[in-house]
Amino acid sequence: MTSQTLTMFKFILVKLAQLVPTFIGVTIVAFAFIRLLPGDPILLMAGERGISAERYAQLQAQFGFDRPLPVQYWEFLKGLLHGDLGNSLVTHSPVVGEFFSRFPATMELSLFALAFAVIIGLPAGVLAAIRRGKTLDHTVVGISLTGYSMPIFWWGLLLIMFFSGTLGWTPVSGRISFMYFIEPVTGFMTIDTLLAGDWGAFLSALHHLILPAIVLGTIPLAVIARQTRSSMLEVLGEDYVRTARAKGLSSYRVIMVHTLRNALISVVTVIGLQVGAAGRGDPDRDDLLVAGHRQVDDRCDLAARLPLGAGRSGADRVHRDDRQSAGGCGLWGH
Amino acid sequence: MAAMSIPAAPGTFRYQLGSFWKDFSASRGALVGLIFIALIFLVALLAPWVAPHDPALQDRSALLVPPVWHAEGSWRYILGTDAVGRDILSRLIYGARYSLSISAMVVLISMCGGIFLGLLAGYFRGWVETVITRVMDVVLAFPSLLLALGLVAILSPGLTSAMIAIALVQLPYFVRLTRAAVIGEKSREYVTASRLAGAGHMRLMFNTLLPNCMAPLIVQATLSFSTAILDIAALGFLGMGVQPPTPEWGAMLANAREFMGSAYWAVTFPGLIILLTVLMINLMGDGLRDALDPKMKRS
Repeated sequence: MTSQTLTMFKFILVKLAQLVPTFIGVTIVAFAFIRLLPGDPILLMAGERGISAERYAQLQAQFGFDRPLPVQYWEFLKGLLHGDLGNSLVTHSPVVGEFFSRFPATMELSLFALAFAVIIGLPAGVLAAIRRGKTLDHTVVGISLTGYSMPIFWWGLLLIMFFSGTLGWTPVSGRISFMYFIEPVTGFMTIDTLLAGDWGAFLSALHHLILPAIVLGTIPLAVIARQTRSSMLEVLGEDYVRTARAKGLSSYRVIMVHTLRNALISVVTVIGLQVGAAGRGDPDRDDLLVAGHRQVDDRCDLAARLPLGAGRSGADRVHRDDRQSAGGCGLWGH
Repeated sequence: MAAMSIPAAPGTFRYQLGSFWKDFSASRGALVGLIFIALIFLVALLAPWVAPHDPALQDRSALLVPPVWHAEGSWRYILGTDAVGRDILSRLIYGARYSLSISAMVVLISMCGGIFLGLLAGYFRGWVETVITRVMDVVLAFPSLLLALGLVAILSPGLTSAMIAIALVQLPYFVRLTRAAVIGEKSREYVTASRLAGAGHMRLMFNTLLPNCMAPLIVQATLSFSTAILDIAALGFLGMGVQPPTPEWGAMLANAREFMGSAYWAVTFPGLIILLTVLMINLMGDGLRDALDPKMKRS
């Protein structure tokens, strides 16, 4: 092992070790969420009928609410490491199951949103850099700044109003037309329909994905276009690009091979961050992807076109005071 | 203008201000942003005189009246009315007060807290730094909106808890930025000189280091301001922020949602004003960054 790999190895180890306190901290916060939300979960379960004192005590013991908080936390942590997030206090089914049944929908939508953002954002950034200072450049910069500033919960409503309402082009909600019943295999509607070999159903699933993907892709699109433009401009000023031009290479080759490849380094980093956001909900300013998902997806009743994503589950739970689940979904954020 | 013609000596405050203004005003977008934001602030401040109606006044004879450019619209309600006959324009004007003041408070709280913690971490290093950065990592590990939602749920929904929750979510950015800047500046000679001259910890931190770390913090403050406006509106939209009937932009959107099929104006205008305000602040932020922080300059 060379000294360089050894240093690298050490670096990775240190980084991993630093994760441990963060992880513990996150579990403490998640546990605090579960316990601190106002209202007594057992009284809530009992509903308006009320509950006898014995039954109350029995239920407290059953859920472990009567034990000291540190013990409760320890149990929570133990369960967590075994992949057990407890049972939902509302539906009584395991939280992990609920979470994983919704996760593919979140992933699918996030991936489509990201694909949309990359397919439009990357070329837009490249073109803007090539035409620096021209109308096209100003347009791209303006649009990406607007996208960056977009309140996406409103953007979703607006697009639904226009494309689903006025024009009637896209469906208002759901993941697929009710005409189709597809046996879930992977949970990804587009893959499942293809596995079933049903082209009509596949197109229907795509049709249902378009609008939410555009809404959620808007901010990543803006971020990617901005980053591509600025790193392209940086590379265009390099000596080797000038040399390439001086050699008499076609400007297409100079742009695509000499400039774009080098400019992509930082762009890929940014795209990577957005992917992370898709599965993790990075709280970065740029990464409203998942947060937006939650916003668009869970309270817009008409806008409930977005599938039953995990994000929805999280916010939904806060509303329904299902603390066990909310804590679990929050942990997924880590 | 006579005062401007005397060139200020380099190094003085006036010189710095002048060169800052030259860089800042070089960007047309930044100027437009500044003017727009100044206007919004002015309108918010003068709301009782500017707004044509009382924002809470319900005109039962004018429910969901469309904006003035529609055949059924009237000059009485320029941007139309909502489902209970309240003037949308007046509500937007009063709403600016909430969005701007809450966001300003959020930035103030998280900036002060962040600067303090960041200074401690960057100045003392060692275990102080470890504890502070780890705790901030935990905050960062949660999706910001979910964390804010949870905090608001614990603190009970409302204006103050929304403010605290969003300030907490924004805190790590200020801490990280201050810490990095302090670490960078700490080894500079003027700091050593100041220490040799006998400056104590407090003086070194707040008088020597802090002023030299402010540039990126001011830029971050603008960004935070726009994020805070978005987050406040998002919380209001989710029903966890400012509570109705307060004319807060996000809450207005949420109320109007059920009428979006029939009354587009009730949904469109609150969102549009959120978008415009955030956009203009971001434009201004870009200009500020170019003027204050050559390192972060966008090409």
